[in-house]
Amino acid sequence: MIKIKINGEERNWDGDPDLPLLWFLRDEVGLTGTKFGCGQALCGACTVMVDKQAVRSCITSVSDVVGREVVTIEGLHPTGDHPVQKAWRQVNVPQCGYCQSGQIMQAAALLIENPKPDHDQIREAMSGNICRCGCYQRIENAIHLASTGV
Amino acid sequence: MNILANPDKLRGFEKHIKVEKISRRTVLKSLGIAGGLVLAAPVMSRQAFAAYQTGADKMPHGVVVNPRVFVAIAPDGLVTIMAHRSEMGTGVRTSLPLIVAEEMEADWSRVKVQQAPGDEVKYGNQDTDGSRSTRHYLIPMRQIGASARAMLENAAAKRWNVPATEVKAVNHEVVHSASGRRIGFGDLAADAAKESVPAIEGLKLKDPKDFRYLGKGQISIVDLHDITVGKAHYGIDTRLPGMKYAVIARPPVTGGKMVSFDATEAMKVSGVEKVMEVKGWPWPSKFQPLGGVAVIARNTGAAIKGRDALKVVWDDGANGKHDSVSYRAELEEAARKPGLVVRKEGDVDAALKGADKVVVGEYYLPHLAHVSMEPPVAVADVKGDKAEIWAPVQSPGGTREDAAKTLGIPEDNVTVNVTLLGGGFGRKSKCDYALEAALLSKELGVPVKVQWTREDDVRHDFLHTVSAERIEAGLDKNGKVIAWRHRSVAPSIGSTFEANTVHQASFELGMGLVDMPFEIANVQCENPEAAAHTRIGWFRSVSNIPRAFAVQSMVGELAHATNRDQKDMLLELIGSPRIVKLDSVKDLWDYGEPYDSYPIDTARLRKVVEVVAAKGGWGRSVPKGHGLGIAVHRSFVSYVATIVEVAVDDKGKLTVPRVDTAIDCGTYVNPERIHSQIEGAAIMGLSLAKYGEITFKDGKVQQGNFDDFPVIRIDESPLVTNVYIIEPGPDTPPSGVGEPGVPPFAPALINAIFAATGKRIRTMPIGKQLET
Repeated sequence: MIKIKINGEERNWDGDPDLPLLWFLRDEVGLTGTKFGCGQALCGACTVMVDKQAVRSCITSVSDVVGREVVTIEGLHPTGDHPVQKAWRQVNVPQCGYCQSGQIMQAAALLIENPKPDHDQIREAMSGNICRCGCYQRIENAIHLASTGV
Repeated sequence: MNILANPDKLRGFEKHIKVEKISRRTVLKSLGIAGGLVLAAPVMSRQAFAAYQTGADKMPHGVVVNPRVFVAIAPDGLVTIMAHRSEMGTGVRTSLPLIVAEEMEADWSRVKVQQAPGDEVKYGNQDTDGSRSTRHYLIPMRQIGASARAMLENAAAKRWNVPATEVKAVNHEVVHSASGRRIGFGDLAADAAKESVPAIEGLKLKDPKDFRYLGKGQISIVDLHDITVGKAHYGIDTRLPGMKYAVIARPPVTGGKMVSFDATEAMKVSGVEKVMEVKGWPWPSKFQPLGGVAVIARNTGAAIKGRDALKVVWDDGANGKHDSVSYRAELEEAARKPGLVVRKEGDVDAALKGADKVVVGEYYLPHLAHVSMEPPVAVADVKGDKAEIWAPVQSPGGTREDAAKTLGIPEDNVTVNVTLLGGGFGRKSKCDYALEAALLSKELGVPVKVQWTREDDVRHDFLHTVSAERIEAGLDKNGKVIAWRHRSVAPSIGSTFEANTVHQASFELGMGLVDMPFEIANVQCENPEAAAHTRIGWFRSVSNIPRAFAVQSMVGELAHATNRDQKDMLLELIGSPRIVKLDSVKDLWDYGEPYDSYPIDTARLRKVVEVVAAKGGWGRSVPKGHGLGIAVHRSFVSYVATIVEVAVDDKGKLTVPRVDTAIDCGTYVNPERIHSQIEGAAIMGLSLAKYGEITFKDGKVQQGNFDDFPVIRIDESPLVTNVYIIEPGPDTPPSGVGEPGVPPFAPALINAIFAATGKRIRTMPIGKQLET
């Protein structure tokens, strides 16, 4: 039996310890905010935070996160008002919206590490997260907004 | 209109609904044929009927204008408006209900949008494709809103015993200004529901100067908050009690089939419960499943792992030798020989022979995969002769029809619930993944989710066609273009429906080939034969991508050949402001619209060029290694011109500092979403130009994921995309927004690269061609 902590809550798993965290979150726990995009850590749609760092849950197994704090989009802020989430809404970032949980988690992790990232730092940090609709200009604007309040 | 919170529960109003029985297949075959009923409708004027017609009634099941179907008002005043088109990122789930709210004077903050299930008899056509939603539904949605408003006003007038002409709906209330009385929509709901639905002919639409929402600007999409907190419900997010998870191994070659399989290792994977065959259809399989072997498990991860352990023997069938290298050579060879003439004006052979100079451009664009961020996925629950499906589909009505046929049950017994789509781009117009889920659920007797992996998506897509485009342009001694021959060779989408299809359908020819708008005396368009060896389908902008690329690249080549500015050359080719006559074109498609309402208007084409040139700083001086390129294209009856600035460094690394785009999409609803669509179109255009290529070897797709089929990431995206929306005239019909932004991007980029480097790229993608 594996015990892991997700959004502050203990969860048990008695199945395959190698199961990717993504599918544990989505199919076994029912936290569907984290999305599947590629299964190979190429697109970032499945990004969650593990110990405050952005992690691709599609290539992270359940056993990898034992004893660590997993935070998903559902647990980022109790009322959904994290500065990144608020900025996202103010800038009207999403189109289809599917990649946005991953984008927001990546951006939130970036701001923990670097509270005032510049243009190049944002582009570098966000380059693992694909948006096929092409919201990139607004993603950058929203991160600037979240980091500066301007 | 009714007083229940859930309008879907109400039945019995079907007699109000106009039904046109046209099967999907008939429509597909007749896409290019004019005729049929058309809906007469005004634009922003106040009469319910007048100014223009659309092709909306030619779509399967046509249009339904009935407030009882689309609007519900609860006693607390909450107005529920049905969204009957699918949301894949264009904002349609917001814009169409917004039109109803505007016209009925509902307060948008007290409106709830509810997604309609697939039911075209009830809601009218639901095929969310072809950039049609606003252009087909602006007027019907206004009529629905105006009907609802009239019913509320009539109910209030009766209650106050005053003439209906003395009362007026204003922001969620009906007001009698003479007496100062007012009453909320919620209080009126029960009475209003008893009113008869007024005749469309007598409706008074709002004066556009009183609009609060339409065309005004910053309306956020209704799902914005849910998206940012992870609560938005996509196809992948449906979970049902007892649901099993399935991943399918499909024949690696189109038209292939499973011979045998060994599930021994797969069954050893923890969480795997069953391995079973999935029925496939012979090629061309239309939207039916490809067949194969399904691994059923307790979660998706186990199903994927189980499939990896599966051993399957395939029979590759007739396409087992398909090879993109030799196929390209075939297409290019065909483009050098005469083909079926699909447009002819003057005598192009004589004019080319007599020309002072002939410029020839041969262009090649490979297959593209859609790679919407949400790969195909669907949940089905089939019990006896009833089926319920939850799926991200662009065609809820078609999915319902196809599921009924596939399962052999009546259509009325099939419910298709439409989730949000994590991207669509045309892929999700084909419902094969929903049919797979339905077949598996039927056999297993439990709800089943079928999940496609990214590799499944790339390898079993309905690909954007591959195309060889060849243009010969003849110039007289003054540098005027006097002859234009364009041959376009590409396997047709029709091949997915009918074997031995070798010519493009009128709807494909009409996307930038036969509708070429230049003022040239001798024009000939030809479509040599091309056989398909894989599934071809609609991809955002469809055939406009190769055609705009070829035509607008040729404009750049002609500018260079005659030592002229690209924009000046472009405007000279467009010629005088006029309505283009295309008498020699049989079955002129014009996006399914009546040509009178949506003619090719070169004044509008010129205007987007002039506006983008003025606002986008055409001719500005740029640093060394930078270049500007321009292109214009009319598609989905909208006009779009784009200027791209590129920078190419001494190693050949390409970046895009700036993009400027002007769009004339006629009367528009939500400019905020027009901006986002155009910004996204630049990214998609850059993706296909820089990287987009799907290839085949031994009949199999050679790519599988974002490592070998890359798309643009934020670090390569344009630094800024400026969007200029042309203000419509008072009676300009609305036209497409979702797709028209893509086609001009790649040729503008290529023309810019030429300006920066002197290198003319004629083969897509750019790949390593600029590297030194």
